[in-house]
Amino acid sequence: MPLKMRLDLCYSKTKVNPIGCKNDRVGHNPRSTGASLLLMTEPALCGRELAAWRGDRCLFERLHFDLGPGQLALLVGSNGSGKTTLLRILAGLGLPTEGAVTWRGVAVGELAPDERGEIAYRGHLEALKRDLTVAENLSFHAAVWGRSQPFEGVLAELKLSGLAHMRARYLSAGQRRRAALAMLKLSRAKLWLLDEPTTNLDREGRGVLAEWVRGHLRDGGLAVIATHQPDEFAARGALMIEL
Amino acid sequence: MNAFNAVLLRDLRVAFRRWSELAHPLIFFVIVVTLFPLALSPTAAQLREVGIGVLWVATLLSSLLALDGLFRSDADDGSLEQLLLAPVPMTMTVLAKVVAHATVTLLPLLCLVPLSALSFNIPLAALPTLALALVLAAPTLSVLVALGAALTVSLRRGGSIVGLLVLPLTGPLLIFGTRATDLSVNGEPTAAPLLLLSALAVLAVSLGPFAIAAAVKVGLE
Amino acid sequence: MKLPRWFHQLGSPPYVYRLAEALAPWLGGIGLALLAVGSFWGLVVAPPDYQQGDSARIIYIHPQTAYVGMMAYVVLAVAAGIGYVWRIKLAHAVAVSAAPIGAWFTFCALVTGALWGRPTWGTYWQWGDPRIMSEALLLFLFLGYLALRGAFDDRDKADRVTAILAVVGVVNVPIIHYSVEWWNSLHQTSTLFADGGPAMTADMLVPFLIMFAGFTLTFYWLLLRRLQAEIVEREGSARWLREWLAEGAR
Repeated sequence: MPLKMRLDLCYSKTKVNPIGCKNDRVGHNPRSTGASLLLMTEPALCGRELAAWRGDRCLFERLHFDLGPGQLALLVGSNGSGKTTLLRILAGLGLPTEGAVTWRGVAVGELAPDERGEIAYRGHLEALKRDLTVAENLSFHAAVWGRSQPFEGVLAELKLSGLAHMRARYLSAGQRRRAALAMLKLSRAKLWLLDEPTTNLDREGRGVLAEWVRGHLRDGGLAVIATHQPDEFAARGALMIEL
Repeated sequence: MNAFNAVLLRDLRVAFRRWSELAHPLIFFVIVVTLFPLALSPTAAQLREVGIGVLWVATLLSSLLALDGLFRSDADDGSLEQLLLAPVPMTMTVLAKVVAHATVTLLPLLCLVPLSALSFNIPLAALPTLALALVLAAPTLSVLVALGAALTVSLRRGGSIVGLLVLPLTGPLLIFGTRATDLSVNGEPTAAPLLLLSALAVLAVSLGPFAIAAAVKVGLE
Repeated sequence: MKLPRWFHQLGSPPYVYRLAEALAPWLGGIGLALLAVGSFWGLVVAPPDYQQGDSARIIYIHPQTAYVGMMAYVVLAVAAGIGYVWRIKLAHAVAVSAAPIGAWFTFCALVTGALWGRPTWGTYWQWGDPRIMSEALLLFLFLGYLALRGAFDDRDKADRVTAILAVVGVVNVPIIHYSVEWWNSLHQTSTLFADGGPAMTADMLVPFLIMFAGFTLTFYWLLLRRLQAEIVEREGSARWLREWLAEGAR
């Protein structure tokens, strides 16, 4: 018999408004009522009946959740419990064995390119080209995400200003992680999917990240963070998903 | 700067930061081209007959060499998945990468081939056609090579398989390319194979990026 | 897209397994019988070709195996394509089953082509012949598919990546075929099918067609048997399979 892992879900007291998570896409019908138009613009991440199997092993199944603006979901679990798999599924990088994930009512795998720009995923790999400088990496990222903008401010916050013209191969692990965070900020995404973002960060770096997450949520953004230190990010009304 | 240019410039920049690696396919080409006369000990006339085929085969083989820069290094540092997630159609990203790769790998090769042709006693008059045929074959070749790289991007030791996948598909390129050069050496009109090469190029460039993008997406799952 | 019911049924492993179990013996029986009849007729009874003599008897084997090899690749590509687009695992199983069989048929085509070549050209291998060349390239396409499959640990990923390769390959097969024929038309070397082939009289045509039918049915018989084995491997510990095998044991 395949090994199954129990899944515990505890919804916070403030329940998310489920209207934002219709399964059918709301059409661009000009005769839509005001309420339907609101549905399309409501940023919301919904997971329905999600299951993931690795070979014969079930990582999780029957996972349901709704996440609305200003909401945070924390993924906790031991190593190998499927946190990375779930985050990748939410980002659209992998397919769940069962179930579906929708962003603004559209399945994540079928988002149009511009809609994809609202989701930022930061995994274990930093996506820095080692032969390019930090500045070159950041401006590339900003150009591809369509948001060319000055990033000196972001670098200053992360204490990377002095390293802007250093090739990424000479950065320490913590500095690379900070550069990755800079890219996160530059993408100006609505939904942040972060996989153990505090790895290699010192206390100062973790402080900046926590501050950013709080600011992001205040501005109506959403975040799903896989972490071994949920207390760093715990906010009122956060969803806890234990895998 | 739009996304296509951004990807193109980035890839070119990364390639030129490691410019010593750009020379590898060229050196390989020269070695292969040297080995053939060594093995065959041909006469001057035989050299010309054999030369065209040798040059084309050596070009095909050399183009397989610098594949890492296409997708594997991006996959290894996480850039490729970011490109997949970016608000840019993956087919456009793929096209930009293929163009960058062709510029960096094939362009120098294309310059080298006519020079080597002289060493095989191929008449000077035939060189323009040879160059043209190579230029027309280059897009198809780049697309096929990129497809091989994309299909094997998630394999740890994908390098050895890529040749097996890509080379049979390059058969038509070889046929038309060598034929065009042959005809030109004999002074006959070369329109037919050149047009066929162009047709293949159009087909490859229009349909290839979709297959390559799909392969990358599946490979990164 | 609303798909007909039988399409979904064909996506169900137990259904297909039972269907295969029922069909396979018939296909195998009739196919092998046709092959036996056709071989005897062609190799013994039919008159020798006036041009090539007895060696032309290979016409009862070579073109058929080549054709089945090509058909196998089309089956592979179509199945893999269906599996990729509609995410039907069973379609991928069909593709995987077709690959080695198609490779073997293509290999036989090459061998019989070489045997034909010996009396016709004096050598076993004539690089100029377009059929041989496109068959050789087809064999490489099969081998590439099988090699790529084997390189992946994760079966689902293997299925989907090789599906892309198969579809690209199938688009290339006509291109390769016509480019080789075009190439050959310029070389004017003697081919196995000079001027449309050895003139076939009626008493040669019948065994020719019988062998065609025989090889095709045999291919599908082999395909169904391999498919069953593939289903067993994929479904592993599924309940329907355990019940089926328990029933069979009784």
